[in-house]
Amino acid sequence: MNPLDFTVEELDKLFDLADDIKADPKKYAHACEGKKLATCFYEPSTRTRLSFEAAMLNLGGQVLGFSDAGSSSASKGESVSDTIRIISCYADICAMRHPKEGAPMVAAGRSGIPVINAGDGGHQHPTQTLTDLLTIRALKGRLGHFTIGLCGDLKFGRTVHSLINALIRYPDIHFIFISPPELKVPDYIIDMLSEKGITYEEVIRLEDSIAQLDLLYMTRVQRERFFNEEDYVRLKDFYILNKEKMKLAKDDMLILHPLPRVNEISVEVDEDPRAVYFRQAQYGVYVRMALILTLLESACLS
Amino acid sequence: MLNVGKIEEGFVLDHIKAGKSLSIYHHLQLDKLDCTVAIIKNARSNKMGKKDILKVECDINTLNLDVLAFIDHNITVNVIKDGEIVDKKELILPHEIKNVLKCKNPRCITSIEQGLPHIFVLADEKKEIYRCKYCEEKAGEPNSIW
Repeated sequence: MNPLDFTVEELDKLFDLADDIKADPKKYAHACEGKKLATCFYEPSTRTRLSFEAAMLNLGGQVLGFSDAGSSSASKGESVSDTIRIISCYADICAMRHPKEGAPMVAAGRSGIPVINAGDGGHQHPTQTLTDLLTIRALKGRLGHFTIGLCGDLKFGRTVHSLINALIRYPDIHFIFISPPELKVPDYIIDMLSEKGITYEEVIRLEDSIAQLDLLYMTRVQRERFFNEEDYVRLKDFYILNKEKMKLAKDDMLILHPLPRVNEISVEVDEDPRAVYFRQAQYGVYVRMALILTLLESACLS
Repeated sequence: MLNVGKIEEGFVLDHIKAGKSLSIYHHLQLDKLDCTVAIIKNARSNKMGKKDILKVECDINTLNLDVLAFIDHNITVNVIKDGEIVDKKELILPHEIKNVLKCKNPRCITSIEQGLPHIFVLADEKKEIYRCKYCEEKAGEPNSIW
């Protein structure tokens, strides 16, 4: 449901498994034979859904599900609680994305099978966070002891909220929040950082802080998170990363992005070796494979 | 000065912030009880200057202490038997409150899922902050209570 559902040690185990899958995918090609993953996506997200489906298929399992609420019984008014009870009869594990915050938590409470939160409204997106953490660990060689800049929509961007929650458990992390005032990180996150004594800065211009960063996490300004079009149009181009800004960055700074991007990263940056967002998507499949395996194993044990 | 007599059996809620007694009366659903209730407003208080008091002649078990603690845990709850104070209940912030507040986040699952209890969990005891169990939205002021 939340990146904090796993302890740091459990996450290490999960990432070790993901590393092993990456090193020898054939070893796991039949690990989930005879198992089914239900992808219940109440709002469209081709990327995350396909990543889950690819993960299950790579493990030799099968997938079923729906990709928007219109093609599910939710359009007839069925509750999440009822839907998951039915899905539990058809599949061994479920990945759920829902526009309402807390929906996967409700499902998990009613379900007879493991439920993975594949994103709930503007709240959490834990598997993206696992992807981000695995990417950082693989490419930086460590989780901790760095300055990370989070740029763009920090108010509604659930990937950002989940990532912050996960990173605060690692030592010596300094956050720099780069956003327009309208899209600042929510106060509960700021409160949490202050309580835990974790250092952070809030800045408006990307150019002012990019030189300090070991990692830059870019996010899209999402149209669907706005109540009106006018606000969206006004803010969407606020922060664009281009070659000029990259000249100010450290040689080993990594650029991450949960994707899809709109225009916040110019395509000219794609060729920069510091741009790792496409590799990040591949790590996403490995970590989802590791997660499915781990949850199915614990479901069998329980 | 106005005098309100002793009650024989029941409880007295003392040290209510002046002007808050009617709101507490409603939140504790005292209007639904078939017993004597005295609402005293703006009584003189050494400690608070002015305070409200509620005297209720019924069993203490009918009182939802969690709701009361959530509203204001500084209220004193005196349990009365045979006209005397026999116990003082300490109000402790409850770990969670159920169906007391509605989550005001329009994106929260509680806004559409029927039959789902509205649960707020104590996220910060020092600052007395409660958050929705599902979406982590901060709870509103106790006066936004159901």
